[in-house]
Amino acid sequence: MPETQTDVYTAIEEAAKQLYIEALKTIPPDVQAALKRARERETHAGAQDILDIILKNIAISAERDMLVCQDTGTVVYWLEVGQDAPFNLAQVAQRIRVGTQRATTEHPLRPNAVHTVTRQNTFTNTGRHLPVMHYDFVPGDGLKMTCVPKGSGSENQSFLHMFTPAQGIKAVKEFALQCVVQAGANPCPPTIMGVGLGGTSDLVMSLAKKAIFRPLDVRSDDPIIRDLEAELLEAANSLGIGPMGLGGDTTVLAVNIEHADTHITQNPVAVNFQCWAARRRSATFSASGEVQFGF
Amino acid sequence: MSAKDTAQERATAATSDELRLTFPLTDLDALRALHVGQKVRLDGHIIGIRDATQIRIFDRGVQPPLDLTGAALIHTAPGVRKLADGSYEKVCIGTTTSTRMNRFTQGLLRDYGVRAIIGKAGLLPDSIPYLKEFGGCYFAITGGAAALETTQIEAIEEVYWEDLMPECLWKFRVRDFGPLTVAMDSHGKSLYEDVQERAQARLRELTARL
Repeated sequence: MPETQTDVYTAIEEAAKQLYIEALKTIPPDVQAALKRARERETHAGAQDILDIILKNIAISAERDMLVCQDTGTVVYWLEVGQDAPFNLAQVAQRIRVGTQRATTEHPLRPNAVHTVTRQNTFTNTGRHLPVMHYDFVPGDGLKMTCVPKGSGSENQSFLHMFTPAQGIKAVKEFALQCVVQAGANPCPPTIMGVGLGGTSDLVMSLAKKAIFRPLDVRSDDPIIRDLEAELLEAANSLGIGPMGLGGDTTVLAVNIEHADTHITQNPVAVNFQCWAARRRSATFSASGEVQFGF
Repeated sequence: MSAKDTAQERATAATSDELRLTFPLTDLDALRALHVGQKVRLDGHIIGIRDATQIRIFDRGVQPPLDLTGAALIHTAPGVRKLADGSYEKVCIGTTTSTRMNRFTQGLLRDYGVRAIIGKAGLLPDSIPYLKEFGGCYFAITGGAAALETTQIEAIEEVYWEDLMPECLWKFRVRDFGPLTVAMDSHGKSLYEDVQERAQARLRELTARL
């Protein structure tokens, strides 16, 4: 256990390095379980073969300490900050940045971050506004940091629409299903479909992102939203797109919806897909600096 | 990866309904015999290529530094470790989304003699006429399954255009590479289009009921 504040920040930097590397090598248990259940239920021969390859790949990466997928992603962090947590968030953010750089150069990991116009690579997987960091404030005095290396195949399939109240929930459902068809094979299905509802254009997109890393065995705490998750899941899987978009019963492993209240004139919806290689890893620091790793 | 790893993969490899192909092809019409839905495994050499590589070839007009006649290309930007002697060791080699690079299909087949493209998510419908004209195929790999793919690549033999790292031109030696699905053939068929048509029809049904 770290004895001084300096040690806590060193531990946070080490954890950030470790989270990024470990996230890339281990598929979370809830995602593995969903993939296995999908394989049992799948009736398409070609889709069964692809799900077998996916499960074999997960096993190989675990046995041989290899990366699951070559796309080391854009590093996204979601921080849950206890309202009484004794951490300086600017320091935390800086240590996460350094941990990400060290993981990239020391492992090494494929460098993906480039200047958006010149395409010059930073070679560190960090850069201007990268890693992406989100903050939620929660009760307690701990700090949970979740690392989500987000692959581009699925991130490139991101959608936003500002519907009107008159168009209602019907338009939202239709839009979400259109997104599944439009995304097709691109986001490496079977996917996790993250849906954001409500808020403003910026908030609804970040809610869709938050939704993609909610564990698959956790449903919305709002019964109306929970029913909508179930309805969209069944409808999406009836589209027949299948693993890798080559046909089958398994297109979406879960529909996760996060929602916010919105303006009287607004009805925003956002969709963000996560590939089957749904990588995430978290570390929780207590106020005294003890750390626990999880997913 | 050691030779032993590859041998282990081979033990669980080729089944009787999989066709074996060696690249580069000596007969440029060889893939005309393939049809969508067939499974193939590759031996020989495959060439890694990606967005920046093809932008250099086609938009900047720079000749590729190796002969691509009869080649199988794979859409990839690998994770690698550079060794003291300047060579590269594989860390993780996997396959990216092909639809992004669709506009290069005609040039690759017509100008450079490429015959197979390996990737995920397919090429768009406007590539189908070029596959027909030049006898090309698109082979689908399981996206994200890069650990398995890495074990099937025996070596990184050459790396060209290192300034584009990691989007260089890569020459890989492969053995039992696959299984890959013939997802687009030279007879005008695309599994992606079949799936899209059915999904669109189902979407219309679902929408009518909302």
